[in-house]
Amino acid sequence: MKHARLATEDSPWVKALILTAVLGFLALILVLPLVAIFVEALRKGLAAALAAIGDADAIAAIKLTLVTAAIAVPFNAAFGICAAWAIAKHQFRFKSVLITLIDLPFSVSPVVAGLIYVLVFGLQGWFGQWLLDHDIKIIFATPGIVLATLFVTFPFVARELIPLMQEQGVDEEEAAVSLGASGLRTFWSVTAPNIRWGLLYGVLLCNARAMGEFGAVSVVSGHIRGLTNTMPLHVEILYNEYNFVGAFAVAAVLCLLAVVTLAVKTALELAQPQARPVRH
Amino acid sequence: MTVAATPDIAAEAPGRALGGTTGRRRPLIRRRSAIPGFALTLGVTVTLLSCIVLIPLIAVMIRAAGQSPAEFVATAFSERAFAAYELSFGGALIAALINGVFGLPTAWAMVRYNFPGKALVNALIDLPFALPTAVAGIALATIYAQHGWIGALVAPFKIAYTPLGVIVALTFIGLPFVVRTLEPIIHDLAKDVEEAAASLGAGRLSIFWRVILPALAPAWLTGFAMAFARGVGEYGSVIFIAGNMPYKSEIAPLLIIIQLEQYNYAGAAAIAVVMLTVSFLLLFVINAVQAWARRFA
Repeated sequence: MKHARLATEDSPWVKALILTAVLGFLALILVLPLVAIFVEALRKGLAAALAAIGDADAIAAIKLTLVTAAIAVPFNAAFGICAAWAIAKHQFRFKSVLITLIDLPFSVSPVVAGLIYVLVFGLQGWFGQWLLDHDIKIIFATPGIVLATLFVTFPFVARELIPLMQEQGVDEEEAAVSLGASGLRTFWSVTAPNIRWGLLYGVLLCNARAMGEFGAVSVVSGHIRGLTNTMPLHVEILYNEYNFVGAFAVAAVLCLLAVVTLAVKTALELAQPQARPVRH
Repeated sequence: MTVAATPDIAAEAPGRALGGTTGRRRPLIRRRSAIPGFALTLGVTVTLLSCIVLIPLIAVMIRAAGQSPAEFVATAFSERAFAAYELSFGGALIAALINGVFGLPTAWAMVRYNFPGKALVNALIDLPFALPTAVAGIALATIYAQHGWIGALVAPFKIAYTPLGVIVALTFIGLPFVVRTLEPIIHDLAKDVEEAAASLGAGRLSIFWRVILPALAPAWLTGFAMAFARGVGEYGSVIFIAGNMPYKSEIAPLLIIIQLEQYNYAGAAAIAVVMLTVSFLLLFVINAVQAWARRFA
């Protein structure tokens, strides 16, 4: 017997048409590059790919990427918690201006993000001479890379926590405070358990961006092999030297990081189903 | 800390609970709140925001303003710079349109249809957010190059190392925006309106044009603007596939890097200010569209 179609349901051929178009488009734009990375990385076999990853310069790049993320991610997580506490739990004027300003790095080109630090800390910059006199290197050194990464990942955790904490309101915290709990105690015992999944989600995306950032880091790094090369920059150097197996082998490591990020993200979304705003 | 109930009411209806009845103006900095830590957290937030984002951004504007208007125009609006803006803005526009066209059916399918592998497809849509841009760039360049999987199919027509390559990369980068802004709206779309339209005799196509599309328009526009804004500033995924020929396939962010390599810091700042101005205008438009959409929600 023919099943009656609901008024809000598309006819089967419309469904088939839309699904074919959508899945075809996604396969072309998303799946093909993903497959290409691993095919190119393994073009000369697994041993060649592993050798490229085990190369001294590649190891140094992996270390620098990990160090950068290890500084930038906790820093931005702390900032995000601070900003969300002030914005979501209190009322004040110019709140929406502050939220817009926190979002600002999303609208700035990564190259401009690198450039602004060159103009402040570079040799010709505001503090250039002073830094030179005191023998402090920021641009073309690790601090510059960390700063540029901080800039591009600045809003990630805050953007995740502000709407979440606004939605949760202030009742529980006020109850805790009125019962005599200190501010810190209130945060740890009342707020933290409520926001831990949202925080983890923000940290996850922040980490993916911190490890993968290219444009901003490229401007401030100076591309010194073994010293100021992060993994994405190392991929660029190998690729430009026509060392495609090496470039794609390191790229495959970054790609695995992305796949793990997406897997954990999906797991978090399944555990905590809620609409999330789009972010970069 | 002495009164817990009063600030709660005030927080629920700012400006009305106090301002409406007593005529008091809202205080500049804070309302009374039982929750501590306001001064500390706001202080830390504003300080970090200023040090990491605002002051360095002002530095680039001061540096750009430090040159004569003639010098500024000479770099920021040179023929080569114009060609770069045209490519960055035009490429981002076309890519955002492509994503707009495919984003709508994608979001529709993700919310309304059930098909095998849906969870996997859902995770995959966020790939451009998770995959480092340089990795995407070399993968796309390899696929669309003359001997690549797709490049060989369309040969002798060339995609990589032409402006078309830029559009391919920007389409990849902007893909999630339209889909992810539309999904919650489609999800919340009241089915009874569709049912009412159907019961009044409207066909499915007519319901789509007259009922569904108008409801999705603000979110679609927001997603489109976000994809466009991201594409304008994109660098990592583009430079590998663009070919980077001056006047032909050179994007605006690359021009900033070239100025920097020539130690022309003021010139780099000038181009950066042009790009920042357009980005901020876009941000303003996105916020305005969202505020407008909220009013009619």
